[in-house]
Amino acid sequence: MATEVTPEPTDEVLTRLQERFPGAVEAAPEPYEGLIVARDHLVDVATFLRDEMGYAYLSDVVGVDYPEEVNGLPPRFEVVYHLFRPVGGPLTLHVHADRENPVVPSLVPVFPSANFQEREAWDLVGIRFEGHPDLRRILLWDGFDGHPLRKDWHEVYYEEEKKPFGSRWPEGHPVMAESRTPLGRNLRYPPGWSPEDWRPTTDPWGYRPHDEVAEQKNPAMPVDRVVLNMGPHHPSTHGVLRLLATLEGERIQKLEPMLGFLHRCHEKIGERNTWLGNIPYTDRLDYVCSMTNNWPYVLAVEKLMGVEVPERAEYIRVIMGEFTRFLNHAVSVGFMCNDLGIYFTVMLYALEEREFILDLFEMTAGSRMMCNYMRFGGVAHDMTEEAVALARELAFERLPRFIDKVDAYLTENEIFRARTVGVGVLPPEQAVAYGCTGPLLRGSGVPYDIRRADPYSIYDEFDFEIITAPDGDVYSRYLVRLGEMRESLRILQQALNRLPDGPVMAGKKKATVKVPPGESYGRIEAPKGELGFYIVSDGSPNPYRYHIRAPSFVNLGVMGELCRGHLIADVVIILASIDITLGEVDR
Amino acid sequence: MPTRKRQLPEIPPELVGTVHVTPLDRIYNWARKRSLWPMFFGLACCAFEMVGTFAARFDPSRFGMEIMRASPRQADLLIVNGTVTKKMAPQVIRLYNQLPEPKYVLAMGACAISGGPFKEGYNVVSGIDKFIPVDVYIPGCPPRPEALMHGFLTIHARMERESVRDLRWYRKGEEVDTSVPVPELGPDLVDWRLAEQIEALQQPATDNQQPAE
Repeated sequence: MATEVTPEPTDEVLTRLQERFPGAVEAAPEPYEGLIVARDHLVDVATFLRDEMGYAYLSDVVGVDYPEEVNGLPPRFEVVYHLFRPVGGPLTLHVHADRENPVVPSLVPVFPSANFQEREAWDLVGIRFEGHPDLRRILLWDGFDGHPLRKDWHEVYYEEEKKPFGSRWPEGHPVMAESRTPLGRNLRYPPGWSPEDWRPTTDPWGYRPHDEVAEQKNPAMPVDRVVLNMGPHHPSTHGVLRLLATLEGERIQKLEPMLGFLHRCHEKIGERNTWLGNIPYTDRLDYVCSMTNNWPYVLAVEKLMGVEVPERAEYIRVIMGEFTRFLNHAVSVGFMCNDLGIYFTVMLYALEEREFILDLFEMTAGSRMMCNYMRFGGVAHDMTEEAVALARELAFERLPRFIDKVDAYLTENEIFRARTVGVGVLPPEQAVAYGCTGPLLRGSGVPYDIRRADPYSIYDEFDFEIITAPDGDVYSRYLVRLGEMRESLRILQQALNRLPDGPVMAGKKKATVKVPPGESYGRIEAPKGELGFYIVSDGSPNPYRYHIRAPSFVNLGVMGELCRGHLIADVVIILASIDITLGEVDR
Repeated sequence: MPTRKRQLPEIPPELVGTVHVTPLDRIYNWARKRSLWPMFFGLACCAFEMVGTFAARFDPSRFGMEIMRASPRQADLLIVNGTVTKKMAPQVIRLYNQLPEPKYVLAMGACAISGGPFKEGYNVVSGIDKFIPVDVYIPGCPPRPEALMHGFLTIHARMERESVRDLRWYRKGEEVDTSVPVPELGPDLVDWRLAEQIEALQQPATDNQQPAE
């Protein structure tokens, strides 16, 4: 499965690893990519890769369930890791675990970015990570019955393994899902479970670790510690995020994001859907920028299918992607000002520009927010001349004025600087260790942008700069966003000037696609960071495994570190500067 | 409730143009429908479209509702804008219970109505009306801002039909409790109103269990 974005680093890595750890590493058999690492050597191999081979960046941890023997490999649970160097494609590591008692050593001591992702794999697939400091459920709650992403776990409204469901229209009449369950609800309880006798013994809301911290007194400071709960309904948590903090006075002692309040079972639904049927679902991940959500998914599937995308379609994708980046950053700056107390002033200007960009999306894709625009091998509709004219007006005239306005009023603003400079400092080493991407990473001075590091689509043809800011504080991230908006407009101007004619779709539009067996990881530089889709195909019309590496989710992992010692009032600004969307965090 | 047609009193000729006589219901409804305060509450994608609705282009302050309050105690319209998950449902219901009367609920988007595209998900509530009474449903995924504003106008029309005399929150003496029991997180979401049914299901070996693992 060597593709053009994997310039054969795997062979070189394999040779060196086999020298160093004889018998621990082997190449994965066709159609899988990368290497199979023996469980006992995983931590050593990962440390070696990080320290001596330059794979400093663990991007993605996925748990996969293979209940049956496939491709000559026994029934197993598998954990798949994607590691990256500063330049180039992924190194894929596979680690196998038994089906009866799936245990894999934890990589948190080597890569702190594995923390949330291993918790997710434990929660949804039920793989235990030995040595993980805090292996609790993350998206569901403590006490939930089962691990839903196992292939033999069925949801309450289960109909069939794969869509389209034959049961959906028996005799031409739709049957409500509710009428097929005894309670008429999406509810199910274990056999013999009775609400009368039930006493909660678990800790579904996660207070226990905080109560323990709150009980320890600081001998130097004779004050009580307070556990403070923020959210999930809070105007500054950008959705349904819940932050649980232990305070000493007004200073944060321990803070952790509690997730899962918008866990919509995206991956389970995605594995029942057809390949094409997943595109509209990806729109709803990061609902601020739907266009860039389609992109890595179609990229991953195109890699497996081996389709070439026509040039005009690539240009249109870049145009839509960069408008989305502008939209996201504009709204993000607006939200940050909201949280600073500039309530809805900057936001109103940002939303005004948003409406114009959404007009363009509606003109091209037919929908304002949920565009469902990209397809395998192109885009769904061509851009009309009218749409191109609007895009030109926005990219050349209207949007530059917006940036200048924001720049003039905020960048040197004394109050704005007083609240943001030096707050939430993220050192570059920590940013890399925690797997941060996007403006959060570049705000710490690391010039890592996938558009340059591992170019996809036609980004190698454009002239643009990677914006970084050195300080790693909230203000730096604001400067990076502002600079990136300007660079986006530069790319847009070049793309609109050079937009070629031609088809926008390779081949005919098809309702079903044939995806050859194999695995693939597609990633792009989404506005919030690295958005990656890991897909496994078994050759059927539905994905076998469909996993999303969401930038907001991984970036949130560093939130607790960033807030420690800060005032409670700074927490909302730090959160705003990370820039999350809950649809993507919880999936 | 149909009100009897009443003869309005005559206005003395010298006061015509200065004094207006109108039924109490009409002025009461006129006043409160122009000061509907929605709660600043976001669940999912629809929340962002709601924020867009409350911005410059669509401008709902034309209907007297530009103020959004994050506290349920200061709001009277709950816009359920997005997928209600099992983990979030207790919070939504608690917020509903905290809204002061008179309160209205608007289910915005397919997810809040029925679970929408995510209905089959194991962590998704099939519509918020399984728990709290909903006044207006606005379909769409997400609904356009125009559709949301149509929802506001529909609530206005509903308010027009209400009368001070038969609204439960003005009744003296009798305490009307409209709050909904807050569900808890057990092996699944535990809705206490279903306790008897769950109990009944568990008596024989039931077929509502998941297939053997």
